[in-house]
Amino acid sequence: MGSGAGRAERNPRATAFRWTLRLVVVVYLVLLVAWPVSLVVTKTFEDFSTFTDLFSDPDTVHALKLTVIVAAASVVINTVFGVVISLLLVRYEFRGKRILSPLIDLPMAVSPIVVGLSLVLVYGGRDGWFGPWLEANGLQVIFAVPGMIMATTFVALPLVVRELVPVLEEVGVEQEQAAASLGAGPFQTFRRITLPAIKWALIYGVVLSLARSLGEFGALKVVSGNILGETRTATLVVEEQYLNFNQAGAYATAFLLTIVSVACIVVVTIIRPKEDRER
Amino acid sequence: MSIEISNVGKRFGDFVALDDVTVSIPAGSLTALLGPSGGGKSTLLRIIAGLEHADSGRVEIEGVDATSLPPQKRDVGFVFQHYAAFKHLSVFRNVAFGLEIRKRPKDEIKARVDELLELVHLDQFGDRLPAQLSGGQRQRMALARALAVEPKVLLLDEPFGALDAKVRKELRDWLRRLHDEVHVTTVFVTHDQEEALEVADEIVVINEGRVEQIGTPDALYDEPESDFVMSFLGPVTTLRGQLIRPHDIELRTTEAPAARAGTVSRLVRVGFEVRVDVVSADEVTTVSLTRAEARSLGLEEGTAVWLEVAPGAQVRTPGATAPGSGTPTTAGSR
Repeated sequence: MGSGAGRAERNPRATAFRWTLRLVVVVYLVLLVAWPVSLVVTKTFEDFSTFTDLFSDPDTVHALKLTVIVAAASVVINTVFGVVISLLLVRYEFRGKRILSPLIDLPMAVSPIVVGLSLVLVYGGRDGWFGPWLEANGLQVIFAVPGMIMATTFVALPLVVRELVPVLEEVGVEQEQAAASLGAGPFQTFRRITLPAIKWALIYGVVLSLARSLGEFGALKVVSGNILGETRTATLVVEEQYLNFNQAGAYATAFLLTIVSVACIVVVTIIRPKEDRER
Repeated sequence: MSIEISNVGKRFGDFVALDDVTVSIPAGSLTALLGPSGGGKSTLLRIIAGLEHADSGRVEIEGVDATSLPPQKRDVGFVFQHYAAFKHLSVFRNVAFGLEIRKRPKDEIKARVDELLELVHLDQFGDRLPAQLSGGQRQRMALARALAVEPKVLLLDEPFGALDAKVRKELRDWLRRLHDEVHVTTVFVTHDQEEALEVADEIVVINEGRVEQIGTPDALYDEPESDFVMSFLGPVTTLRGQLIRPHDIELRTTEAPAARAGTVSRLVRVGFEVRVDVVSADEVTTVSLTRAEARSLGLEEGTAVWLEVAPGAQVRTPGATAPGSGTPTTAGSR
C-alpha cells in the first residue's frame, strides 16, 4: 500500500486521478449523508427551546425511555445469541450449516415492515399462529413491549454475527485447542482465550446493533400499535410530530437520535484503529 | 509402555487418514512420527491429544483408557507448529496458564514459571507479549507452557516446521538436551528424516495412514523393511537393479573385474558433496562423493568409470518385504 502510493505520487496522471476520485467520494458523501444530517442539527438549533421542551412532554420522555429499554434488551439478546451463533458457524460442522448462514443475513435483506407483519402473523393476539395461546397465558406480544423487542432484535440480528465470524475464522482454533490441552474446560477456554480474542469485534458489533436498534422504525410501527404513552418510541414520535406539522419537535427528536448514533460512530472510530494495532 | 495405540482408524470423508494403526510408545523416550505430508502422522498425534477423535480403536495413556476423554482430561502437553501462543497474554501468563486453570497458589505458580522460563532461556522475556518474540522464542515459550503442568506425555506437531533452517537445527539439539534433562515421554511429528534420525530414540514411519516400520534410527536406516522406508530416510539410487544409498557405492576410474562399467553423464556439486550420475547398460546410478574424492579422480562428463558396492554397505531388492539383506559380495557377484 505504502509503496503503491509512493509510485502514484511520482506519476502526475495517477495523482490527478486520485484527486478526482477523492473529490467524487467527498461530494457523494456530503450530498447524501453529511449535509442532510447536519441540517437536522441546524434546524434544531434555530429554536433551541423546542429541544428543551422535548423533555417537559411526559409522552415524549416515555417514548425516549421506551426506545432505550427496547434497544438495550435487543442488544443484550443479540450479543448473547450473536456469540453463540458465530461460534456454532465457525467452530462446528453440522447438517444445515449452509442454510443457517444465509438465514442470518435475511434480516438485512428483508424490509423491516415485512419483519413487523410476519411477527404479527405468528404472535398476533387475535388470529396469529401462536399469539392467542400466549395471550391466554397472560403474555401479550403484539402491541406490547415483548413484540417490540422481538422486532428490533430480528432487524439487528446479523450485525454481531457478521462482525464476529471473520474474526473467529482469523483467530483460528489452535489457541483454544492449546487451552484445552492445558486443562481448560469449554467455558474457561471461552472466557480466557476466545473472548479476549474477539473482544474488539464484539464491542464493534454491539455498538452497531445499538445504533441500529435505537433507530428502528418500520418493524416497530407495525408491531407496537403506536399507542401514545405506552408503545410509542422515539422514531415513532418523530413521524407523528412530522405528520402533525410540528416540524420543530420532529427535528428536535430526530436530533437526539442523531446525537446518539453519532456518538456510537465516534466510539467505533476510536475502537477500530486499536483493533488494527493489535493485529 | 506409556502410550498404547491399538487399531486406530480415522477417515475424513472418503479420505482414509489412519488405517488400523497400532503403535506402542515406550515411557520416557523421545519418539518421532515420521512420514510425508498427508500421511496421517499429525492426525495420529492429535488423536493421542484428544484434539481429534478416532473412528475406531483405542488410545491408552499410562494405563488409562483415554479413547473418549476430552483433551483437558488427558494430561498431555501439546505444542503446535504455529505456536498457538495466547496473543493477549504475556509470556509469563502464557506459561502460567495451565497452573492458573489448576488453581495453584500464586507463589507456587511464580516459582514454577520462573524455573521454566529459565529452562527455555526466556527468563528476560516474561513481561513481553508473544508478538514481541521471534519464532524460535515463541516455540520455546509454547514448550515451557506445555511442560508447566507436568504432563504425562509431551506431544509436538511439526514443532520446528515454521522456523528457518538455522534456528530449527539449534532448537532440535536443544530439544534433545531438554529431553535428557526432563525425561517426559515425548512424541514429535516431522516430515524431515534428518530431524528424526538426529533427535529421536525411536522412529515410527507412517505413510498413507499405515505404520510402515518402527525402530531405532540406525535400524530404520540400515535395515528398512520396505522400499518406501529406505527411500524416505535418505537418498536412494539403483545399481544392477538393487536399491542402494549413493554414498555406499565405490567409484573407480580403473577397470575392476566385478564392477559395473559406465560413463559420467552429470556432476552436481552441493556444498561438500558431489553427486555423480553414471549411465551404464540399462540404468542411471547416482553416486555421492566428497569434493576431494571427485577432484582427485579427475571426474568430468564423459569419463569412463566402474561402480561397486562399498564393503559393509546394505543393498535392497526392490519390492522385497524383509530388511535389505544383500551383502556386498553377493550383490557384486550378480
